[in-house]
Amino acid sequence: MSGDTYRVAGLILALIAAYFVIPDAFVMDLWIRIMLISVVVIGLNLLFGYTGQISLGHAGFIGIGSYGSAIMTAHLQIHPVLGLLAMAVATGFFAYLIARPILSLKGHHLAMATLGIGVIVTIVLNNETAWTGGSDGLVVEPLRLFGGPIYDGGQWYVIAAGMLVVVVWGALNLVRSPAGRALRAIHGSEIAAQVAGIDVSALKVRIFALSAILASVVGSLEAHYLGFISPGTAGFGRSILLMTMVVVGGMGSVFGSILGAAILLLLPQVLAAVSVWETAAFGIVLVATMIFMPRGLVPTIGSLVRRRAR
Amino acid sequence: MSAQFLQFLFAGLTVGAIYALAGLGYALVYSASGVINFAQGQFVMLGAMATVGLLGAGLPYFAAVPVAIIITIVVGMLAEKLAVRPAHGSSIVTLIVITLGVGELIKGSVQVVLDRSTHTLPSIGGGGTVDIAGAFISTQGLWVIGVTFLCVLLVGYFLNSTLTGKAMRAVSCNRLAAQLVGIKPDRMLLMSFAISAALGAIGGILITPISFISYDSGTMIGLKGFVAAALGGLGNAPGAIVGGLVLGLLESFTAGYISSAYKDAVAFILIILVFFVTPNGLFGAKSSERV
Repeated sequence: MSGDTYRVAGLILALIAAYFVIPDAFVMDLWIRIMLISVVVIGLNLLFGYTGQISLGHAGFIGIGSYGSAIMTAHLQIHPVLGLLAMAVATGFFAYLIARPILSLKGHHLAMATLGIGVIVTIVLNNETAWTGGSDGLVVEPLRLFGGPIYDGGQWYVIAAGMLVVVVWGALNLVRSPAGRALRAIHGSEIAAQVAGIDVSALKVRIFALSAILASVVGSLEAHYLGFISPGTAGFGRSILLMTMVVVGGMGSVFGSILGAAILLLLPQVLAAVSVWETAAFGIVLVATMIFMPRGLVPTIGSLVRRRAR
Repeated sequence: MSAQFLQFLFAGLTVGAIYALAGLGYALVYSASGVINFAQGQFVMLGAMATVGLLGAGLPYFAAVPVAIIITIVVGMLAEKLAVRPAHGSSIVTLIVITLGVGELIKGSVQVVLDRSTHTLPSIGGGGTVDIAGAFISTQGLWVIGVTFLCVLLVGYFLNSTLTGKAMRAVSCNRLAAQLVGIKPDRMLLMSFAISAALGAIGGILITPISFISYDSGTMIGLKGFVAAALGGLGNAPGAIVGGLVLGLLESFTAGYISSAYKDAVAFILIILVFFVTPNGLFGAKSSERV
């Protein structure tokens, strides 16, 4: 068994153990949301941490998944699972279409273009009130599996944890595969990667589409889980939050993505202690983390531990 | 030209002037350091909200405005010294997150120190409208355009004709070479933050009588300023001004003739289309990647 197999096994055990330790519905809810968002962050980490392509609009893809599922189940009476799959395909196709021209951009230009996509999605969600309910938001039907609706936190925990394990396992495999090495080569230098025989733009397009699909699936699940969505779900602030989760947890670290998601979702709970100063404190935490741990928590702590061990 | 067309033209120039000021701020900081300062929009908000707060505290308008601008400049300089400089040489995203963090800090502090409601400011000279060829144009709009024009002239004079301004441009051309002839790049960066904070604050104070302000209105203005700067080619100061005006006009005509609900989308659709055609913006220098 390789190190990755142990890590995935460890994750599964930890998730099972956590299930029995969780004291109440509040903590359960928090963990479900952390696990769901972790999946998006892992996708974004593959795109940004490994391949070096920034996206400041990924919440837009969550929004497309959320609203697509909500509208399909409510207006067209489509089964939620079918809706989720249809949205995953649609978002993947959309991302695939826009990826080639967008990913030919670099640095700040890429940041601007992806940011633009996200903001445009939010504006559409705000304005097409007949379908989306506008800024008032939209009530979403519950997820249905095996014939019945799913409301129970425990069942949702199993769904979210199952999905997280599959995505972690897939991501670890991808990273170790030739494709994963090619992604890192693109991060290092696109021209050098091209010279080495890597089809740079095709790979960038695929990893962008993959991360968008993961975001869409999570968006669909989240919509059914929360039962209510508003345009903020796709907003610029949320895109930044996702990016921050990648950077705080650790660029190019799959498990760092989970840690980053957990820290940034738990932070508001901690900062609630400073009540009105919450937003300001959040800003300070962001700045301080970036200055003192620019590589993120997991890589920084990892290299500290290794130095100790030597 | 119909009166309606004139009306839209003028409204577009007015809001475009504010985007131009914010865009100019982005361009100055970017050319001094390669940093996109995502807190720029919060400088706009801070300038306006600080004026609101000072007026509320009983200061007369002519005193409140300069004090508010100075407050914004100090905040801008502190942001550079405490947040941006320690992260010197970090990746693009690290710096983006840092400047966004600074923005959140400003936004969060304003919301506590002042309040969360929407405010306006008195128009300069009492307000009112003038009738130009059948179009009713607010005098505040004329002030916005006039003061913006003045600011642009001053910044242009500073960059082209003063020693400090030339030193700043030298840093943006070649940081190392500038250092070798005795220019301190860090001081230039500090100065670029101060100037862009001032420009943002002035823009915010000018536009508030027309479009209102609250603690959370900075983000959208900031993003559009970024679009203006990117439209003109990042780091290109005249380009940012043209970009801002073009953006303002397109927004205004879209709102007038097509759909007011989608006017905010214009900036982002425009920038994506422009990037597809010319990835370096309208007036950006061609860049090549080093291997």
